[in-house]
Amino acid sequence: MIYILCLIFFMVGLYGVLVKKNIIKIVLGLIIMEYAVNLFLIMLGYREGGVAPIISEGDSITEFIKHSVDPLPQALVLTSIVIGLGVIALMVAICIRLYEKYGTFDITEMRRLKG
Amino acid sequence: MNMIPLFVAVPLAGAFIIPMLSRKFKWFPDVLGNLVTLALVIMSFAVIGKSGVYSMGAWKAPIGIVMVLDGLSVLLLVSINVIAFASTLYSIKYMEQYTSKLRYYSLFLLMLAGMNGVVLSGDMFNLFVFLEIASVASYALVGFGCEHEELEASFKYLVLGTVASTFILLGIGMTYGSIGSLNMAQISEQISQNGMNNALLFAIALFIMGFGLKAALVPFHAWLPDAHPSAPAPISSMLSGVLIKALGIYTLVRFLFNVVGVDERLLMILMVLGALSMVIGVMLAFGQWDFKRLLAYHSISQVGYIILGIGLGTPLGILGGLFHLINHSAFKSLLFLNAGAVEYSTGTRDLQELGGIREKMPVTANTSLVASMSIAGIPPFNGFWSKLIIIIACVQAGRPVFAALAVFASILTLASFLKVQKYVFFEKLKEKWNDLREVPALMSLPMVLLALLCIVMGVLLLPIGNTGVLENINILEPAVKVIMDGTDYASKILGM
Amino acid sequence: MVGMTLIVKTVARWVKSFIFLYGIYITLYGHLTPGGGFAGGVIVACSFILLILAFGKEKALKRISKALASELDSIGALMFLIIALLGIFAGGTFFINFIQKNAPGQDFHLLSAGTIILSNIAIAVKVGSSLFMVFVILAVLRVVKKGDKLEMIQTNMRGEE
Repeated sequence: MIYILCLIFFMVGLYGVLVKKNIIKIVLGLIIMEYAVNLFLIMLGYREGGVAPIISEGDSITEFIKHSVDPLPQALVLTSIVIGLGVIALMVAICIRLYEKYGTFDITEMRRLKG
Repeated sequence: MNMIPLFVAVPLAGAFIIPMLSRKFKWFPDVLGNLVTLALVIMSFAVIGKSGVYSMGAWKAPIGIVMVLDGLSVLLLVSINVIAFASTLYSIKYMEQYTSKLRYYSLFLLMLAGMNGVVLSGDMFNLFVFLEIASVASYALVGFGCEHEELEASFKYLVLGTVASTFILLGIGMTYGSIGSLNMAQISEQISQNGMNNALLFAIALFIMGFGLKAALVPFHAWLPDAHPSAPAPISSMLSGVLIKALGIYTLVRFLFNVVGVDERLLMILMVLGALSMVIGVMLAFGQWDFKRLLAYHSISQVGYIILGIGLGTPLGILGGLFHLINHSAFKSLLFLNAGAVEYSTGTRDLQELGGIREKMPVTANTSLVASMSIAGIPPFNGFWSKLIIIIACVQAGRPVFAALAVFASILTLASFLKVQKYVFFEKLKEKWNDLREVPALMSLPMVLLALLCIVMGVLLLPIGNTGVLENINILEPAVKVIMDGTDYASKILGM
Repeated sequence: MVGMTLIVKTVARWVKSFIFLYGIYITLYGHLTPGGGFAGGVIVACSFILLILAFGKEKALKRISKALASELDSIGALMFLIIALLGIFAGGTFFINFIQKNAPGQDFHLLSAGTIILSNIAIAVKVGSSLFMVFVILAVLRVVKKGDKLEMIQTNMRGEE
């Protein structure tokens, strides 16, 4: 099962987010998680030896559906990549501001908030 | 019903016009921001009692994206837009301490568009997109002050929120993989025909985790007490008042009740999560001395009440949960605005430093008294009735343990807010606050409005629901009906 | 000397307009070939980012200032929204493809598919300008030590103040 690979990827990213102390590494972990999900979505639509999902005259619809690649997950992945881009840009900007304030990337030294 | 897409389009248009024009006119963001929220309030009152399905671009449901308006959406729309209007009104004066008003209003309206989109969406992936719009705007707004605490809180919120979003996206992928559709009504139809499978169960677990994190239910609550106090006061009131409800509770309830269809196990999970949040939230709140942080912990606890009520699964329990939802958005926003007003005048949020400012700031003190009594459940304010309904529903459903926990949490809430009132507003006036001033009229107006709302809802809303007087402003019953109908949702949407 | 070496500058001067044109092509043919507004916008933004990398930010900002990029950002988003809203007035439904309904073009020609090409252009303007802004803002901010305090300053690409 190739889907297992995606889950392993996902777990690697989650491990990075949970365990690493450096905020840049946390951001990288989030990126890995996001891309694992994107990979999963893309593989949902994959068919072996599939054709592009453009129907032309004369094709029977049932035959066509068996052979064509599912286009919907690709649209989903495009959207989620765009969202990911926005989130990552915001994250990196906050990392820069945090470095300016604290002078470090180490998350254990950012402890103004308690309770 | 071609008003449905305007709920998203109007705030989006406002968000993009503001940065274009406000370089020339300084007053422009204030005016446009308030006009947009006022228009949204009027629109949301106009759709009360209506329902409908809107197909984007005239593509019908299985192919195109649909927006669905029903009782539950209307309830959320009204509360979101009313609180948003109060917050923008408050922001006019309050946000003058910060540098960039145009970015503030732009992000605020984006967040509003995202929330309105979430409650109107009839499609899983569309819901995810709007959820991300609202979340990304809120991450930026939490860090708006750009000081140590704000940035740290914003980063924490950002990381946890993104993890939650990734879980939700994975869940959507799982659902699509096993059903082959993203339309909520169709998913629901397929599930009721073919039954559950393991992939769907995994997806449900992912959704409970993801949406639970957005709603700050107790095992997933760590970000909320940092993020909500760090934001500017009107944003705190939006986040605590409506964002966690639209992004967390609404999505969770919609998915579990209307799409999957609940059974005993899921209800039990909801009830246990709700009871845990209720008790642990209030216990953590007890030791806090920061005004806004204390309120944030109480948000966790009150969200627990809502989830517990809805999780009972009986009509009375759901009525109580939803009633508590709108009550909580009124009084918790009011409390955050009060905290902001106190901070605006005195410059501190530490309860021990404050004291006796009642005589100097009468409007703030009296409105916060109303809100505190509402949240603590003193009759005749609105919080009392909803808590009473939830407790009665617990007893009726044969769950006396949960009822006892609800009473216990309510008593602790009362004690905690007695502490707030005592330290901040009553007691003797401290020397250093002698020349304190009441906040400007534009800031006290929304507080008075929300306080009136608390009283009016407590006195009027329930009698309306029961006797049928003024049928057309009754917003609770249709929402309860939507949840109780469960997976009949599918046939209604596909039939329209 | 600001910017990178002579080789990089010469090559950048040669290819920058091709990259820009390619971005426009991807945008305009988005409804017929793979690509579309987002990809086209990213490529257009890349041509300006190449300018920044090779010549320093002054040269790129001379062509598109930060204020202009910010205006374009809003204009792109508004254009998209207006196209969607025009659907209500022209076709009765939000986001309806009213041009295709009334005057369908010939299949697989540039002027077919109605509003999709207009939406693609709007998206390209929005994405291109906002990515450019993100890059400029992330690139020019440097955190430096002044005394015992860290401060954020604007620098050029070589880290000079």
